Amino acid sequence: MTPIYFDNNATTMVAPEVRDAIIPLLNDEYGNPSSMHNLGERSGRLLAEARGKVATALGCSPDEIIFTSCGTEGDNTAIHSALQSHPEKKHFITTKVEHPAVLNVANHLERSGYDVTYLGVDNLGRLDLDELRAAIRPDTALISVMYANNETGVVFPIKEIAEIAREHGVPVHTDAVQAVGKIDINLAELPVDYLVFSGHKIHAPKGVGVLFVRRTAQFRPFLLGGHQERGRRGGTENLPGIVGLGKAIELAKAGIEEENTRVRAMRDRLEKGLMDAIPDAIVNGDPENRLPNTLSIAFKYIEGEAMLLMMNQFGICASSGSACTSGSLEPSHVLRAMGIPFTFSHGSLRFSLSVYNTEEEVDTVLKELPPIIERLRAMSPFREGDEGLDWVEKHSHD
Amino acid sequence: MWEYTEKVTEHFLNPKNVGKIEDADAVGEVGSLSCGDALRLFLKIGEGERIEDAKFQTFGCASAIASSSVLTEMIKGMTLDEAAKVTNKDIAEKLGGLPKEKMHCSVMGQEALEDAIRNYRGEEAAPAPEGEIVCKCFGVTDVLIRRAVEENNLTTVEEVTNYTKAGGACGDCHEKIAQIIAEVRGCAAPEVSKSDEKAPMTNIQRMQLVTKIIDNEIRPALKKDGGDIELIDINGTEVTVSLRGACVGCPSSHITLKNLVERRLKETVEEAITVKEV
Ligand code: FES
Repeated sequence: MTPIYFDNNATTMVAPEVRDAIIPLLNDEYGNPSSMHNLGERSGRLLAEARGKVATALGCSPDEIIFTSCGTEGDNTAIHSALQSHPEKKHFITTKVEHPAVLNVANHLERSGYDVTYLGVDNLGRLDLDELRAAIRPDTALISVMYANNETGVVFPIKEIAEIAREHGVPVHTDAVQAVGKIDINLAELPVDYLVFSGHKIHAPKGVGVLFVRRTAQFRPFLLGGHQERGRRGGTENLPGIVGLGKAIELAKAGIEEENTRVRAMRDRLEKGLMDAIPDAIVNGDPENRLPNTLSIAFKYIEGEAMLLMMNQFGICASSGSACTSGSLEPSHVLRAMGIPFTFSHGSLRFSLSVYNTEEEVDTVLKELPPIIERLRAMSPFREGDEGLDWVEKHSHD
Repeated sequence: MWEYTEKVTEHFLNPKNVGKIEDADAVGEVGSLSCGDALRLFLKIGEGERIEDAKFQTFGCASAIASSSVLTEMIKGMTLDEAAKVTNKDIAEKLGGLPKEKMHCSVMGQEALEDAIRNYRGEEAAPAPEGEIVCKCFGVTDVLIRRAVEENNLTTVEEVTNYTKAGGACGDCHEKIAQIIAEVRGCAAPEVSKSDEKAPMTNIQRMQLVTKIIDNEIRPALKKDGGDIELIDINGTEVTVSLRGACVGCPSSHITLKNLVERRLKETVEEAITVKEV
């Protein structure tokens, strides 16, 4: 069964053009960019080309681009850089809805003597910029806010945030893993100091990422080693990954238009179709400021893993904001920060589309999902219109 | 993705005995919406207290549904006395095993069954097995935790979470859970007098006492898990230890340290004691 892949915020398929660009590197072009011979020189040129493509796509200079192994490495490096360059500043600002690549760094900082402010979100997943303004202190070392949320797709006003930070002289890092390729980013006009993304979310392979560090920003290497990346990131370059990422970002840039028209229209049709067909459902996240490809939808009285496994029977791939899939027992920290009631949050699904999805695939989901929900609800003791409801009251100790 | 056995998948996709029994003789309920899983079990009981029919309604993941389904199949035809002996292990075994993170689903089955039996025998008010709530996130009492530890021979906080869900959210209760494990496993029974409270201890006395507690209580407890502990230094009330063996690199070693070791020393030696690891 060919999968119907609606889980593109988790990872994406490798674009055929990207694969073609990589193949020579798995054959004859195996040189090390640092070597002093023709093979090495050709590799060096491929590396420079890829860097140029990334810089062009983001509107920055090639020497502001550092290739990394993943988004997590970029996030860790950026935070490390900003904090190490001002060891006397012991305050860090981030949000409650960050990816673990930032959140766990923040938790770790707290244990090592930092003061961390976690900005909250409202029930649509939006930040309050006044809360941010009020949180900034003379000893704030860095503000780290994701560009767009991976679960709900809510897009944060990074430009305004960066401007506020700049007024106060505080550097800004943004985890743009979900934004690149879906939102047009021009670093010439976006005053962030560090920006991070990852190849495998934009149809490049896994294992390669990008950290943008503005020329004026402080930098302290995280991986110490050789002179690669101008001494800013030791370790032999993952050239196949980097060349793939270079191709992928070119394609992504060219595809942003389609992402915001055709993909958005498919997402909207999926959302409307599900909301019309299924009672007791809510859409999570600010409808006004959302990635064009993401739909987070919650169904009352049932649990996410059960839905996913039943969908899997039809080859439909999505993910859930629920506990049971991750091994953690709680609903996602994002939905909890938004105050989504437990009655819904356990039954959340996330559909994330890409340019490779088709209308027929949307049709399949619209056809197969409502009966699945119906079936699971029929099994649930919490179903509405049932005397089970007083049990809900009695047993809801949240 | 979880590795579910064929049996689990089968019971999940085609669950047996879904629904309710309108004129049920006994109903058992466990779990809650906020906890992410809940089960209501209906029993029809005939002559000789034999279970003639069983049905369920479940809110939860695939293994919760499969556990409920297989439970109803297992107990049909049993007498209540027989059914009362069904444990969570039996349920998990019938399913060909459950991922360890999902063992709490089988525990939920056992609890619903017990609740139903109590309900039938009119012991209605008895439940909420006396005891205090240890994990407030999931409303789990010390009695339940103790039982899970005893029946399944659990040794770590993580295992307790897998079986009871206690500790699976904010983590505030990890200390208490570790303490319960320590108690059950016999390294507790604080016969050490707290009576000499106020008399300030000399350094020598403190060192002797700390050494004794570590040798007699803490080390044997850790050794059961393949771990070990070495007393490195005692500087005033600051005790420095080093965890060895299986404790090294164990994700809960910090908890072990804080709860088992520090807590125990605070209780038995002196409140001011702090423990750090090198
Ligand atoms: S109190 Fe037990 S996990 Fe929160």
